Amino acid sequence: MEILDILLTVNFWAAAIRIATPLIFGVLGALMCERAGVLNLGIEGIFTAGAMAGWMAVWLGCGLWTGVLVAALAGAIFGLLHAILTVVLGLSQHVSGIGITLLATSLGYFTYRTALPNVSTPPRIIPFQPLDIPVLSDIPFIGPVLFQQTALTLLAFILVGLVAWLLYRTPLGLALRAVGDNPSSIEAQGLSVRGLRIGAVVAGSSLMALGGAFLTMSAFDAFFFGMVNGRGWICIALVVFASWQPGKALLGALLFGAFDAFQIRLQTEVGAFVPGQVFLMMPYLLSILALILVARKADYPRSLLVPWFKGQR
Amino acid sequence: MMQSKGQAEKGSVVLSLENITKRFGSLVANDDLSLSLNRGEILALLGENGAGKTTLMNILFGHYVPEEGTICVADDAGVLHELPKGSPSAALDAGVGMVHQHFTLAENLTGFDNIVLGTESLWQVWRSRAALRGRIEAIMQESGLTVDLDVKTAQLSVGEKQRIEILKALYRDVRVLILDEPTAVLTPQEADGLFVVLRRLAAKGLGVIFISHKLGEVLAVSHRIAVLRGGKKAGELITADADKRAIADMMVGRAVPPLQRNPSQVGSIILEFDRVSLKRGSMRQSLNDVSFAVKAGEIVGLAGVSGNGQSAIAALISGLETVDTGSVRLYGEPMKTNDPRALVAAGVARMPEDRQHDGVVGSMSVAENIAIEDLHSKEFQTAGFINRKAMRERADHGIKAYDIRCQGPDAQARLLSGGNIQKLILARVLERSPKVILANQPTRGLDIGAQSEVHQRILAARDRGAGVLLISEDLDELFALSDRLLVVHTGEVTDAGAVEGLDRGSVGMMMAGHSAHAAGEGRI
Amino acid sequence: MMRISLQPRSNVSLNARIIISIIAALAAFALVAVPVSFAGVSPLTAYWLMFKGSFGSMFAFSETLTRATPLILTGLAAAIAFRAKLWNIGAEGQLYAGALAAIGVGSGLLSLPAPLLIPAVVLAGIVAGGLLMVIPALLKLRFGADEVVVTLLLNFIVILFVQMLIEGPIKDPLALGWPQSVPLVDAAAFPKLFARMRVHGGLILGLVAALALWIVISKTVLGFEIRAVGQNKAAARFAGVPVNATMLKVALISGGLAGLAGVSEVAGVKGYLSADLSPGFGYSGIVVAMLAGLHPLGVVLAALFVAAVFVGADSMSRATGVSNYLADLVVALSLLCVLVGGFFLRFRLKFERAAVPVQMGE
Repeated sequence: MEILDILLTVNFWAAAIRIATPLIFGVLGALMCERAGVLNLGIEGIFTAGAMAGWMAVWLGCGLWTGVLVAALAGAIFGLLHAILTVVLGLSQHVSGIGITLLATSLGYFTYRTALPNVSTPPRIIPFQPLDIPVLSDIPFIGPVLFQQTALTLLAFILVGLVAWLLYRTPLGLALRAVGDNPSSIEAQGLSVRGLRIGAVVAGSSLMALGGAFLTMSAFDAFFFGMVNGRGWICIALVVFASWQPGKALLGALLFGAFDAFQIRLQTEVGAFVPGQVFLMMPYLLSILALILVARKADYPRSLLVPWFKGQR
Repeated sequence: MMQSKGQAEKGSVVLSLENITKRFGSLVANDDLSLSLNRGEILALLGENGAGKTTLMNILFGHYVPEEGTICVADDAGVLHELPKGSPSAALDAGVGMVHQHFTLAENLTGFDNIVLGTESLWQVWRSRAALRGRIEAIMQESGLTVDLDVKTAQLSVGEKQRIEILKALYRDVRVLILDEPTAVLTPQEADGLFVVLRRLAAKGLGVIFISHKLGEVLAVSHRIAVLRGGKKAGELITADADKRAIADMMVGRAVPPLQRNPSQVGSIILEFDRVSLKRGSMRQSLNDVSFAVKAGEIVGLAGVSGNGQSAIAALISGLETVDTGSVRLYGEPMKTNDPRALVAAGVARMPEDRQHDGVVGSMSVAENIAIEDLHSKEFQTAGFINRKAMRERADHGIKAYDIRCQGPDAQARLLSGGNIQKLILARVLERSPKVILANQPTRGLDIGAQSEVHQRILAARDRGAGVLLISEDLDELFALSDRLLVVHTGEVTDAGAVEGLDRGSVGMMMAGHSAHAAGEGRI
Repeated sequence: MMRISLQPRSNVSLNARIIISIIAALAAFALVAVPVSFAGVSPLTAYWLMFKGSFGSMFAFSETLTRATPLILTGLAAAIAFRAKLWNIGAEGQLYAGALAAIGVGSGLLSLPAPLLIPAVVLAGIVAGGLLMVIPALLKLRFGADEVVVTLLLNFIVILFVQMLIEGPIKDPLALGWPQSVPLVDAAAFPKLFARMRVHGGLILGLVAALALWIVISKTVLGFEIRAVGQNKAAARFAGVPVNATMLKVALISGGLAGLAGVSEVAGVKGYLSADLSPGFGYSGIVVAMLAGLHPLGVVLAALFVAAVFVGADSMSRATGVSNYLADLVVALSLLCVLVGGFFLRFRLKFERAAVPVQMGE
């Protein structure tokens, strides 16, 4: 009964969606890259860079939406770097991704420390506020759960639809799906394999950065070291779980958010008997479990991790 | 539809290649080649492997950039324009379409999506599927190429995939259609169907270039033949006046000594499949109640269109698979499955189907690649430490005995040509006088010289008393080498009997799945 | 028309590899000069201070060697795993697992004299790290679960597990509430190599491990099999190399080396386990391995370089106020630069009128 009580509250579902939001951005971004055939392990660092860049822009006096743009731009730059290394030069996507994560994280931290050398408590900004949409926000239950979130959460949901539309309803999406499966099909039809892949990685990386921006500009109001805390890696696991489909990505992120929100509530119930770390481990264990469950059946994009050079088939 | 670009007269030049030269390092793949193609003509490009046919077509289609030469394609009015080099999109725009030997289909997409891929503006926010579909259906009707458009390409048969490839080209309103070895993956009957379609397309004004190394089909389908040899044009003739013997000489350039076959000295059964069944994800890896035997001193050929279960039989004998039911026996004893090392120790020589991919570790040395199967033998290791000197000596011997052209035992295997990689594999597996030999596509992609060397080696091993299972897609090779033929179709194996009593037609029928009895009508 | 084309190189000399790594490191420093200038300090001053801080005195050099010790071990862990194309990004977690095992065995459970206790502690750490890496390797072989993601996520889990223990069952009651484990007994501590210097016996272990790994990779059947599996799994399997068994052996060795790094930090430096035992030694190990071109002996030099960057940056930061995250920047950029360098090792750029297609090896 207690479990049911938790599951039926507005707060629980609102929290689940809040937790899911950065993951939605991240999974969509990773999905874009991998659909085109490029694994982007830079995601963890791009989250950090996005979180830091967006927050800093606002702290320096920009508007919130300008901050979001700055974050996306930061993500795009690191995405471009990853694309140059892996798509143009054909270097190891694993190692390049780890390198991007190390670079983006350390550049974020270095910039933060350089701009704010002597602060002990992180300075705060005024983050995105919950929306109050007439009519929609007043619907019982659904209203507070879905429509009293911040604008960034709404953006994440809209982006799921947009990415799905792009992939399945437009010629560009068709080409993206093809290039991740067999780049020769793209070259034989006179399209640019590199152009498509670079574009996908850059766009995907800006989406990842928005996930980071959500952390500093909506979930919290300041930048902390280590605040990304493996969310990027969780997204990489969730993409496999979602079979590279935007709809399932949303579902996976929400499921994950619900589990996480649930364990937080469980923690307050039984925290006296079970150490807190057990609950903190849950997200990571869940991700590994999700990966094990689907990995065998997973239909990986066939050209994932395989570099492509002109004149080679 | 295909005649929309048809103001120019039939018979006028639609494509002209002049003085094309292409080098790969020191190798001259195309040496000052010139060709022209007329509207409504089927031109066959005939030549051995390595003659430069595919290179030439890859230049035409913009995959490669030639060092010298020009390519001109006619426009609607019949006026020739030079094609920019190295641009597939320019070739497509000019109306050149190509059906590659290795299909360029995205297997996660439907046939429909593969056909329209890249034909719409990428920045459209909507795809007008209905209109596109009508156009494709019209082309299907006109050309006689029908295929289910809504199935994912991964689920189509090879023949259907090829139809999608041709439709892809026709959909782009091509005036020149290039087909690179299109019959390699088809049954003889499917190939005949393809020829009907090609003639129909040519009759409507399309120029067709048909690349092949098989003389018979070239004579059957083409109007004109250009023979390539060693990157040069060895001759050009009208098919109707062609003399088979003369073309063959032109193609090979020298008289190839016919294989010396001694009568076989057949011994006892050494390898036996007894009601073997195996079910895996796809048909190419599945077998259904397969029984056959190979005796010492004979070559048993396994004919079949690729993807009908050959891989499963090869995987079992290679030690990479286990049977579901039934048994495989080696010298009368149950064979240890799924253990390549045990098989090697038991005297089984295995040549991989894809020698570049499964045969050698490219960045390891020739010596290491020759020794890799015997790594744990006393010869190459003491207490877990490798004996490099012994490896190098063995490699030195192999390089000499098998004529492997390389810089020496320490050269990286990836630098070797396909033929030399195959010789390296022969040096690896034949040196221990194996009793059972699995020769899986032993000469695919090799030039004629290397081919005959491999054939001699296999025959010599058989004369020495080894039993050979020869898997090949090349009927000529099967008929030239085998003592007995088996045919595999959808995972079932039929015994076709001794080669002496067989003709190609009946084997072809069996490859297409007709029963041995029905096929038997064609027996001589 | 001028085109740039790529020609594959037939083979690469050892010298070329070393030069590429040196150029990559220099390029990283050149790139980092930009943010350093933004921080308001002349890059040359900063780099000079870094050099002095890491090599300028016996004490500084001892600090660099101390810092290099775990990096040699995590670098070797990454090097052998990457050789087999087993992407172990979990050295950080394996390091903590090794450290935890060292505390488990060496904090009073066994009362042995030092010559017996130290090997026991070392062995426990190796086994713990190795077993932790076997989990993702098995998940990969059995379920096809990507080892990159699993090892990365395991890092977080292990560190949380360690936090749980040092706040609970193995918490040191004498640490004034500070979350750290009970201390290692004196008999389990690694001896110091020089008086009044922090550099300890772990360095010797690291050097021996590097030498041993070099012998394994280049001289033994196992090393042959590891190389074959890493470079062409399909061909290795066809030729009878036991691919799965080799992968598991690599996982054990790789995890074991990272676990040893944890033992070395606990027994050589700290004397106890805390959640801040490693400032990312596991991740830096990847950079070390790549800078070394996955060569075990090169790992020693690369670890020395990366350690010097970190130690030097700390010292420079104290003097100038520039953030010591500068070191992380240099290290990250070195990784990316050496990766690009690897491209020039594989291909020769050729400027010419027309392009030649790339023909890739492997």
